[in-house]
Formats: sequence, C-alpha cells, structure tokens
Amino acid sequence: MSNVGIVMRRELASYFATPVAYVFIVIFLMLTGVFTFYMGNLYERGQADLDPFFTFHPWLYLFLIPAISMRLWAEERKSGSIELLMTQPITLWDAVLGKFLAAWLFAGLALAFTFPLWITVAYLGNPDNGAILAAYVGSFLMAGGFLAIGSCMSALTRNQVIAFILTAVVCFLVLLTGFPLVLDLFRGWAPQSVVAAIASLSFLTHFESISKGVIDLRDLLYFAMLIVFFLIATSVTLEVRKAQ
Amino acid sequence: MIRTEHLSKRYNTLTAVDDVSFEVKPGEVLGFLGPNGAGKTTTMRMLAGFIAPTGGKASICGHDVETDALAAKRCLGYLPEGAPLYGEMTVRNFLHFVADLRQLQGARRKERMDYVIQHLQLQGVLEQTIETLSKGFRRRVGLAQAVIHDPPVMILDEPTDGLDPNQKHEVRGLINAIGKDKIIVISTHILEEVDAVCTRAIIIAKGRVVADDTPQGLKTRHESGRLDDVFRTITV
Repeated sequence: MSNVGIVMRRELASYFATPVAYVFIVIFLMLTGVFTFYMGNLYERGQADLDPFFTFHPWLYLFLIPAISMRLWAEERKSGSIELLMTQPITLWDAVLGKFLAAWLFAGLALAFTFPLWITVAYLGNPDNGAILAAYVGSFLMAGGFLAIGSCMSALTRNQVIAFILTAVVCFLVLLTGFPLVLDLFRGWAPQSVVAAIASLSFLTHFESISKGVIDLRDLLYFAMLIVFFLIATSVTLEVRKAQ
Repeated sequence: MIRTEHLSKRYNTLTAVDDVSFEVKPGEVLGFLGPNGAGKTTTMRMLAGFIAPTGGKASICGHDVETDALAAKRCLGYLPEGAPLYGEMTVRNFLHFVADLRQLQGARRKERMDYVIQHLQLQGVLEQTIETLSKGFRRRVGLAQAVIHDPPVMILDEPTDGLDPNQKHEVRGLINAIGKDKIIVISTHILEEVDAVCTRAIIIAKGRVVADDTPQGLKTRHESGRLDDVFRTITV
C-alpha cells in the first residue's frame, strides 16, 4: 500500500476508535432530518425532490465539518506524535493528503447514511434521480472544500478549539463571498471584474449550480483547486510550524 | 555512519546548536550528554529530519538529511523525546502501522514483530490502547517502533526517562544487545547510563561540543575520577 493509503487508513481507524465518529454521524443525521422535515417542509411542499435537504448542507457543514477537521493536525502537534509521523520515511505531502482523504471519506460516509431520504422521495413520487445524484456529488465536493480549509487551520495551531473557530470563520467568509456583506467591502474601490471574481469564489454559487443537476467543469475545477490550494497551504504551514 | 559538519540551528536571537561536528562509526554507542536546554534534542531532531538546520550539514549512512531525506529516514530508527505515540491505537495496531510505513512484509515482518514484542516484553499489552499504558510501557512501545525495521542507525532521545530501575536495566540490556555493528546515539542526563552502555560520550553545553571522549577518558579529566564531577566542571 502507498504511504498515503497507510496514513489514511490509520487516521480513519482513529475516528472509529473514539466515540467521535459515532457522535458525529448521529448528530449529522438528526440535524439533516430536522432541517429537511421541519424547516424545509419536505412533505408539505408536495414535490418529490431533495431540495429542502440539500439547501441546508452549507450551513450544517459550517459547524459540523470543523468538528471533524479540528483534530487533524492540532492534535498531532499537541501530543507530539507529529514528530513520530514526520520522522518515518514518508513525505510531508503523503501525510497531508492521507489525513485529508481520511477526513473526506469519513464525511462522505456520514453523507451516504442519509440515503433513506432518497428512498423516501422515490417512494412518494418520481424524483429526478440524476439531479439528486448530482447534488450528492456537489455536497461531497463542498465537504472536501470545507475540510481542506479545516486542515490548514488545524495546522496553524496546537489548540483544537482555536482550530474549530478559525475554520468556522474562514468557511463562513468563503460561503458568504457571494453575498453583499462581503462584496460591499470591495464595491466602493475595486473594479467590477474583481468584485465578480470574488463573488465567484463562494461555495454557495458553485454548490447551488451543481445541486440543480448540472455538473459543470468549472464547478468541479473550483472545488478541485480550492482543495489543492488549501492542502498546499497546510504543507507550507506545517513545514514552518511543525516543531513549535 | 552519522556525520555532522558545522551543524547549527538558530532561532532569531537564540542559537540552540552552534557549529557541531562529529562522526559516529558502526559499533559505537554514543552518549549525548548535557544540561537541559543544551541543544541535545535539537541536534537529534535535525539528524532525524524533523527540523531543518540553519547552517552546516548532516548525513545518515551517506544520505544528506535535507537533500536525501527519505533515504536517510529509512536507515534510521528514532525515538523522539517523551516518546509521543497515538494514544487511541492498540499496541498491536500501532506496531502494524509502523511496520507498514517501514515496508516490512511477509516472513520478515512477522519475525521483526515477534522480535520487538519479545525483547520489549509487550506480549501482555498488545490489545490495550496506548493511552491506558503506564509510562514504562509507553517508552517501550516507542522503542519498539524505533527498532522494528532493524535500522543500522538508531537515535534515542532519553530512552530510559521515566522508567523504574528494573526497566532501565532491561532497556540498557536491549541497547547492548542490538548495539553490535550498529550506530546508536542516546541522549541522557543520567551519567551512570554512560558507564553502562556507551563506548563514547559527547558533552554538549550551550549548543557547543565541549568534550568528546570515551567514558574512561572523560573520568581522568577530574581528580575524583567521577563523571558527575567532570560533567559539572565542564558544563557549569
């Protein structure tokens, strides 16, 4: 097995060695259920689709994903096990990628456990299965984006609480870049093209376009580049701070 | 072979390691001595490739620790200070994890696993999670991961710290047993350890090498013939 695979498997097993994994999955499923049925009114609106379910994903991820990612590096640095890991014959990138993939797979697993909702709407009506699948893909990609940011924030500190808050704040900003709150900061002085570029950085813009059922190359590239960028930022951060 | 040439590490205004040069040859067990904060751990971390030197060079078995880091790490077994481990893993899973990273397979893997389990007496705790182990057992698990791939070079940062006298005796026995034809560097501030296992000792103070000799040779540097007195005279 490759070094990335070995690191990933250990990391994934560690989620399940503690109650973290079970608590997370249960809370995630309960919250998606509450949002979908009570706030999204899945039954009352009388349409066989999962829009009420996916609409809330960015906001759920905002505080649930940092809970997965906060321990990625902060814990290694706090316990000192990062020294053990980085003196094994693996590259820093092997470790960064392996740990990120473990967190992403775990988030994917939690997402996959929401399948009864799909079965529910398929039983009640005739949903557009292609659109639902696309929305799942979009949600999974968005989780990857949040996790890559979380990985970088976790590398910045030895304290998991700080990592959690930093991740939530940065993800919130990335989520909101499509909203006036952020854009107005730039409108006064930056050229229109810059404002448009900032708006296109938002998670929401890209997630919403995928969850309408259109998987556009630009949206895929957006998430891929975001993930790669923040994983490289994680490596650079660790290179500088791992021994502190 | 370990070789360092003018190895230095500076943090802004602080010089942790200052122009350290030495060579260690196969068969030598080198004791790395010095007061706390003298630069022992920093030097070992640079040799292990965990932190980068700000000056000079170091190599393990001819592989530069910076430019040929993976090859250097493959030749090396390293026990970090305080023996950090993954607390939520069982001892068995942890050893398998390290064996994976060290690319041990098949019969060789089984043989090495059995070897470390037997020599570090881990049979009774294999299925226990590491966080439930006593300090002595944790240290032994840390040692197990450092020797599992039978490396030609071992760097052990305070391998007997926190062990009781019996466990210290066992670890020293292990170092003596595996030390033949190998290179072992141990840091310690327990001077009796130098007598018990080392063939050579380097004393480091304020980041500089202040003595490099056999334990016998060092003792002649003070009229009392005791290492404690030599250590104090040189490092205070």
